[in-house]
Amino acid sequence: MEIAVISGKGGTGKSSLSAAFATTGEKVVLADCDVDAANLYLLFNPEHDDEEVYVSAHKATVDASKCTNCGKCIDYCRFDAISPGEKVIHISDISCEGCFLCSHICPVNAIDMIPNDKSRMYSGSFRNGKMVYGRLAPGEENSGKLVNMVREKAKNIAKENGIDNIILDGPPGIGCPAISTITGVDKVIIVTEPTISGLHDLQRATGIVTKSGRKPSIIINKWDLNPSLTEQIKKWCADNNFQVAGTLQFEPDMVESMVKGKSINEHKPDNNVNKEIKRIWNNILNNKL
Amino acid sequence: MIKIAVASGKGGTGKTLIATNIFNTLLLNNHRSMLVDCDAEAPNAAAFFNIIETGRTEVTQPVPVINTDLCTFCGKCREYCNYNAIFLLPPVKIINVIEDLCHGCGACSVACNYGAITEKPVLLGHVIQYRTKENHTIIEARTRIGVLSPVPLIKSAIKMAGNNGDIIILDAPPGTSCPFIQTVSAADYVVLVTEPTPFGLSDLKQSVETLKTMDKPFGIILNRSDIGDNKVQEYTLIEDIPLLLEIPFKKEIAVLYSRGKLVSEKDPVFEKQLLAVFETIFAQNGNSGYQW
Repeated sequence: MEIAVISGKGGTGKSSLSAAFATTGEKVVLADCDVDAANLYLLFNPEHDDEEVYVSAHKATVDASKCTNCGKCIDYCRFDAISPGEKVIHISDISCEGCFLCSHICPVNAIDMIPNDKSRMYSGSFRNGKMVYGRLAPGEENSGKLVNMVREKAKNIAKENGIDNIILDGPPGIGCPAISTITGVDKVIIVTEPTISGLHDLQRATGIVTKSGRKPSIIINKWDLNPSLTEQIKKWCADNNFQVAGTLQFEPDMVESMVKGKSINEHKPDNNVNKEIKRIWNNILNNKL
Repeated sequence: MIKIAVASGKGGTGKTLIATNIFNTLLLNNHRSMLVDCDAEAPNAAAFFNIIETGRTEVTQPVPVINTDLCTFCGKCREYCNYNAIFLLPPVKIINVIEDLCHGCGACSVACNYGAITEKPVLLGHVIQYRTKENHTIIEARTRIGVLSPVPLIKSAIKMAGNNGDIIILDAPPGTSCPFIQTVSAADYVVLVTEPTPFGLSDLKQSVETLKTMDKPFGIILNRSDIGDNKVQEYTLIEDIPLLLEIPFKKEIAVLYSRGKLVSEKDPVFEKQLLAVFETIFAQNGNSGYQW
């Protein structure tokens, strides 16, 4: 089973919960799909068996010895990435979307497309199974494609090692990497918190999940920070027919366990929050969610 | 005039807390300020203010429409498309556009030799303008649910803000990839908000690396500074990065934020601290003609 953990709003506790799930019970494949800000390797220090290069996209660069500064590419580029220069055109790395159009239409073949090959995907073993994670080089794009690569690898590793469950720790937001994380998975868990922003982002996150034909289950983390808003979130879930998988109270031990490089289950197995996390995890595995 | 982006690699460290409170503080102190919410996937800043919507602009992107009567199924458009947005099965004469994957670059139209490709606009989302009751402007980029990239919306929102006002605050999206780059590339200074945890530090380092390659001046606000460990403080010392402000964890701040309330209105010390931070940023990076 592939289980995705996402949130819409960042910092609600996705990775801490994924880490707890991953160390509760049988071996799992843990895939860190937050390729922009992969963090789970910090807790689990996996031994790398494998490292693969990921080409995120291409960037146009101008060959100054060929460019005649005719400006045709400026007219064709729809991303305002090319501007006239003194002797040759100037291409903005930030605006270039790597579409190759300028390189196709340049009459003198003065534009080369250079691959961005600084991103990596790693896989290996951690203390309760296998781990895969992507690291997008700073500033690079196309994170959805890297998420797909991470998921593909995780599936193969699960098959090879006879591991049943894959946990996908997703990115914040509802854009391309989040959509790539949930497409076609068996279960989607959305972690939210009782803040106005948390509720608003939960509503948008459920939007991409239902659009992909799934029904998410919701975990309300740090519920006691605002009990009345927690009730409001529960009511909204009930009105929209989304199941609340559980509520977790604000727990300083969660931060402490992260600092110690452990999951809450490894650090304080008897903690009440951890007991609730275990209950939720068992419900997920037993198809009660 | 100065544009200051409030950003962080890790989500949930307090970007919006800082952006909304500094905006309010600047207004209370009679600075002409504008807030632009660039977190188009999860825009929340406007919820902290008493506002009315004053305008809404659609942001669209062209996607190809293929006329199968003219199409010869030669495959040149698919060859030109670098986003795998054209699905083609020549033997059975099937050609489809996968609109979600299309970036609207127009390469397929250029590729087609048979005039079979025209374009239609597809809605990516809206740039929404709000006005506070004191007549100040908030601009929000908001993607339509299911849209893959927020970048065109971020671009439009920043463009709409223009150079109006003395201090424009950009509330940035989390991460360090294209949405973040798009936002901070428009800024004169970047405030990175982080928390003193291993996750916070790791993502901070990633943001710092990115800003260094972009040559952007930046400083750090450490939120919930007394939880976790002191590795972020050590890092700022070693790397010689200005630590602009440390905000200790207070349950009252968390509770006020959860209700969509501004902390600066209830906590004059917090207001003063924020103002001092931004005054310093302005003094060192802003337009010298502006009077505080």
